[in-house]
Amino acid sequence: MSRRTMIEAIRDAMAVAMERDDNVVVFGEDVGYFGGVFRCTQGLQQRFGANRCFDAPISELGIVGAAVGMAAYGLRPCVEVQFADYVYPAYDQIVSEAARLRYRSNGDFTAPLVIRMPAGGGIFGGQTHSQSPEALFTHVAGLKTVVPSNPHDAKGLLIAAIEDDDPVIFLEPKRIYNGPFDGHHDRPVTPWSRHPLGEVPDGHYTVPLGRAALRREGAAVTVLAYGTMVHVAEAAAADCGVDAEILDLRTLVPLDLDAIEASVRKTGRCIVLHEATLTSGFGAELAALVQGACFYHLEAPVLRVTGWDTPYPHAQEWDYFPGPVRVARALLQIVEA
Amino acid sequence: MAVAAQQSRTDDEVHAVVGQRNEFAAFTKQEEVDSYHDMLMIRRFEEKAGQMYGMGLIGGFCHLYIGQEAVVVGMKMATTPQDKVITGYRDHGHMLACGMDPKGVMAELTGRRGGYSKGKGGSMHMFSKEKNFFGGHGIVGAQVALGTGLAFASQYAEDGSVSVAYFGDGAANQGQVYESFNMAELWKLPVIYVIENNRYAMGTSVTRSSAQTDFSRRGISFNIPGEQVDGMDVRAVRDAGQRAAEHCRSGKGPFILEMQTYRYRGHSMSDPAKYRTREEVQKMRDQQDAIEQVRTRLIKEHGLTEEDLKAVDAKIRAIVTEAADFAQSDPEPDPSELWTDITL
Repeated sequence: MSRRTMIEAIRDAMAVAMERDDNVVVFGEDVGYFGGVFRCTQGLQQRFGANRCFDAPISELGIVGAAVGMAAYGLRPCVEVQFADYVYPAYDQIVSEAARLRYRSNGDFTAPLVIRMPAGGGIFGGQTHSQSPEALFTHVAGLKTVVPSNPHDAKGLLIAAIEDDDPVIFLEPKRIYNGPFDGHHDRPVTPWSRHPLGEVPDGHYTVPLGRAALRREGAAVTVLAYGTMVHVAEAAAADCGVDAEILDLRTLVPLDLDAIEASVRKTGRCIVLHEATLTSGFGAELAALVQGACFYHLEAPVLRVTGWDTPYPHAQEWDYFPGPVRVARALLQIVEA
Repeated sequence: MAVAAQQSRTDDEVHAVVGQRNEFAAFTKQEEVDSYHDMLMIRRFEEKAGQMYGMGLIGGFCHLYIGQEAVVVGMKMATTPQDKVITGYRDHGHMLACGMDPKGVMAELTGRRGGYSKGKGGSMHMFSKEKNFFGGHGIVGAQVALGTGLAFASQYAEDGSVSVAYFGDGAANQGQVYESFNMAELWKLPVIYVIENNRYAMGTSVTRSSAQTDFSRRGISFNIPGEQVDGMDVRAVRDAGQRAAEHCRSGKGPFILEMQTYRYRGHSMSDPAKYRTREEVQKMRDQQDAIEQVRTRLIKEHGLTEEDLKAVDAKIRAIVTEAADFAQSDPEPDPSELWTDITL
């Protein structure tokens, strides 16, 4: 066990995977020599050699396409897209090739690749360095989508993703790379070294894809969250005193519907949180699933607290971000409904 | 590889190779016979597929390879079964050249469970691990990046194989082709980019779509050498393919072959054919047909008779008929197959 930031945990996951399997290669823009824009791959090239951790040209479509080809021939590429906002050129390869290779080749070929990308706002990145595009991937059959909320899970989930035989989109909420940000942007930053989930086991372990984690037990309302919003939910519940049960989904596809159902049946109320924009966001899917599975147990309509349907503004970042004030207001509203 | 010494060729070296060669080794009698057989197999298969499409037995998309047979057959003769092949949507010929079973290909066209993808892929999406055929890709140009990755994996595994990535003159205008070129030369990947220039991207002629219509020069700014090849002459194809494969295997990186070829049929089965004249098509068929060229040599130079060649044709027709019968009698996939080979 050792205290690690999310960056260190992610780096450790790749190192463990590369150590165990020569077929794991790590590459992307600035990934090799420079060590990654957020330093997630720092030291991997020195340790494993430039044939296993290397730089790629600024060609997202080409990078992902090449990774699909590598994966079809037995490698397990773990690719970094520098910001989730840069993934759109690669969307063609992700949707039409990576996600579908297994289905249309009758299982002859699979695409065991991981595409890591820092996502979300909170660092004043403006509209092209702050987005949360998870719904674009959860919408595509054949992809798995993972969003960790802490160093412990990030390492275990990333190892599980690399070892998985199907393509995994691994979204890393960049605002919590160095500490568990709860949305109170005006307060001092807490480092991961003071958070229990900053305790990361050494060596190999996995957090299985498709299992949610209970972050707070409660009786009044179920809060479904992932990534940064898990910490916002915890802060909001503490701020307003509502006895919320907080589920950290961890993977969106596959989704732990059993855990969701069990919790909502118990509390009778449900709030869905995400930083991404509201319309057609993953929250819409969650709301539909909850009403389908728990309709007769619901005491109130499912609420969504999300980013607004606007680009992520630079100056008004905290107006856009669904922070603890908005979440607390929704908690109070739903328990009174 | 990422760390390969960056030993760039000089402009003069690249330019020297770029261009068309007219000299190539003659075929032995056996090579002539084999190439005749393999090309005729593709043509008869495609004629049957076209016929079955017309009868409503094949639904959806169907892009016939008729006219371009010399390209895949010559390239197959220039490479080994360990080399990897990937192509776009006009893929039936590539699969047959790879030695895939005509029954499995035809049954995929008709959407039956005995098809290579159990009927779930269709004309554009078939694969064979056994034959090192990596698809069959319906997104124009997407296979070029995959073929580049295949070459990376070969190089990583040090298995000595080459990746042959086919695409058309249309796909050559996709951005990811150039992203791939850059990576392939940067990392000295063993990939042959075979550009099948059949002059038309669907209904748009190369002169209406391409600023540089000499596709062998498309790699110049990446220092990738290229050659223009008479893609209607299977001997020229094999010869250029061997040179390209040798270049790749010796660690010099990628190579571009522009195959100047021609498709006789429409882009797909719903092609109004308004973008070229009947005379143009007929002239190609009469004067440059790849199969006729070999046939003439077999008779004039190798002493085969019309009867000999008829026997070859009869044998091929029997195989194609068997494939067509199978593709009609084999059952459709079980409904439960909808949910297999996909994450749920």
